[in-house]
Amino acid sequence: MAMEKEEIIDALKQNFSEKIKNISVQFGDEIIVIDKNSLLDVVKFLKAEPYAFTMLLDLTCVDYKGEELRFEMVYHLFSLTTNIRLRIKTRLLEKDPGIDSLTSVWKNANWLEREVYDMFGIRFDGHPYLRRLFMYDGFEGHPLRKDYPLRKRQPRIRMKK
Amino acid sequence: MLNMGPSHPAMHGTTRIMLELDGEKILNAELEMGYLHRGFEKTCENKTYFNLLPYTDRLNYVSPLINNLAYVMTMEKMLGIESPERAQYIRVIMCELSRVCDHLTALAAMCMECGAFTVFLYKMKAREFIWDVMEQTTGARMTTSYIRIGGVRADLHPDWRTTLKKAIDETRKVLKDIHGLMSKNKIFLNRTRDIAVVSPEFAINYSWTGPCLRSTGVNYDVRKAHPYLVYDKLDFEIPLGERGDNYDRYMVRMKEMEQSLRIVEQCMEKLDRDSSPGQLMAKGIEPAEAIKTSRVKKVEERIKLSPNLEGAEKDKYKDILFDGKKYIVPPKEDTYTNIEGLISHFKFFMKGHGIRPPKGEVYFSVEGGSGELGFYIVSDGTDEPYRLHLRAPCFHIVSSLEEIIRGHYIADVIPTFGSMNMIGGELDR
Repeated sequence: MAMEKEEIIDALKQNFSEKIKNISVQFGDEIIVIDKNSLLDVVKFLKAEPYAFTMLLDLTCVDYKGEELRFEMVYHLFSLTTNIRLRIKTRLLEKDPGIDSLTSVWKNANWLEREVYDMFGIRFDGHPYLRRLFMYDGFEGHPLRKDYPLRKRQPRIRMKK
Repeated sequence: MLNMGPSHPAMHGTTRIMLELDGEKILNAELEMGYLHRGFEKTCENKTYFNLLPYTDRLNYVSPLINNLAYVMTMEKMLGIESPERAQYIRVIMCELSRVCDHLTALAAMCMECGAFTVFLYKMKAREFIWDVMEQTTGARMTTSYIRIGGVRADLHPDWRTTLKKAIDETRKVLKDIHGLMSKNKIFLNRTRDIAVVSPEFAINYSWTGPCLRSTGVNYDVRKAHPYLVYDKLDFEIPLGERGDNYDRYMVRMKEMEQSLRIVEQCMEKLDRDSSPGQLMAKGIEPAEAIKTSRVKKVEERIKLSPNLEGAEKDKYKDILFDGKKYIVPPKEDTYTNIEGLISHFKFFMKGHGIRPPKGEVYFSVEGGSGELGFYIVSDGTDEPYRLHLRAPCFHIVSSLEEIIRGHYIADVIPTFGSMNMIGGELDR
């Protein structure tokens, strides 16, 4: 018996009523906006049976420059048993861009979070090895932020010894 | 301590592995990447939706058409449009051929690194025949930009059946040869059997997709799970592995290529009607003459277009492109001869006027060469994406390498890395 999206959303509403800020549908995809402090609880709840969202398909960030809640974290979960994709979003403050790391739940969150840290400068609490992934150590700024100019040049760095 | 790469022949050019060794045994490994990072996402955020298409060719440079498709299908989901049936079959043919190319290249590199240079050359030979088909259809071998929003750029070449048949036959022959050379080859088996065994739980936890996930026995293929294009009308199987070791990853790819060729053959049958007989390019009046005539009267004659536009004549548009002026490049015949055509041409290409999807965000994925290839696009209503993110399949697979090779020998790194099919273009973006 295949589980429907509505069932999952109802269960989420029941268990995390005050933590869920908004649920909407866009272009056929369900979007669930949650409070950033409840992220770990929500994903652990979804990962467990019977929902079995065992895959973290994708993790990324969007920079809404000019808003107080500037950074939006976007998580795509996928369940192999029910064949449903779910998008979970949460907003972070510009002054304090930090969120719990998902490395304890999914192993591929390790690199994904390192990438987001590299590109946006988001701090992941509980990440075992938060280091830049694509850029080199000593790179100044975070390239995918909207206030990073497209053609900015970087200063020279010293050769590693 | 040992440093493997970045300029090591088995590192595919762009990755560095730092190994901590005890004799030849790996105690610890750390991957360093980013050597091919060129800011794909940042660049795309500063390009219009139409202009960024060629950048997607460069992601997975072995199967560019699937990358085109993933981006274009995401946009089509956002715009709510669908391509004509003929275009969908053409897309499937091209994508399956790309998948064969992708697997051929991955396995060619893997076998060569295990010492089988003959196999490498055989596979490159087969790929050459497939690329002939692509060259004939798209006009380019690698940087195709062929699949466009709403359909495809041009119709198939009048002579496509012969070339495609030849490519399929040659690839089958090569696959048979390779089965004979490799599948029971003792040296190859020793290098791959029971090396780097991956359990289904491990693979799912790392969000593996594609042939690598299927080699562990998990049946997940985007083409079956979330059918797109005409895949639900086609008959094909999903080969699965049992043990999840290097050899299974090799075997799943070999079987998948056979299935892909089956799909292509079915599409060939379904496309029974050839496009309007092509007298085409050579005949007709010169564009300059047509422009002159259009100043006094409507141009009725056929216009001689540049050979680059072969297959994209106005009378083929209904077969290959979505019927809606806003989203497609207007036919050149119109652009040359009437004012509406010229205006819509400018409107399409002018900054701030091109394709402007509604506000919102969308995620769509297709089955790429090495797994689920998805695009996440956030639109703010202008003609440039506010944010574009690529879900690269091999990113997740390669991220598990550090853990997989721990406890193995240095020599095992090479077939393991080869069987993962790392593509620098999409890994580093």
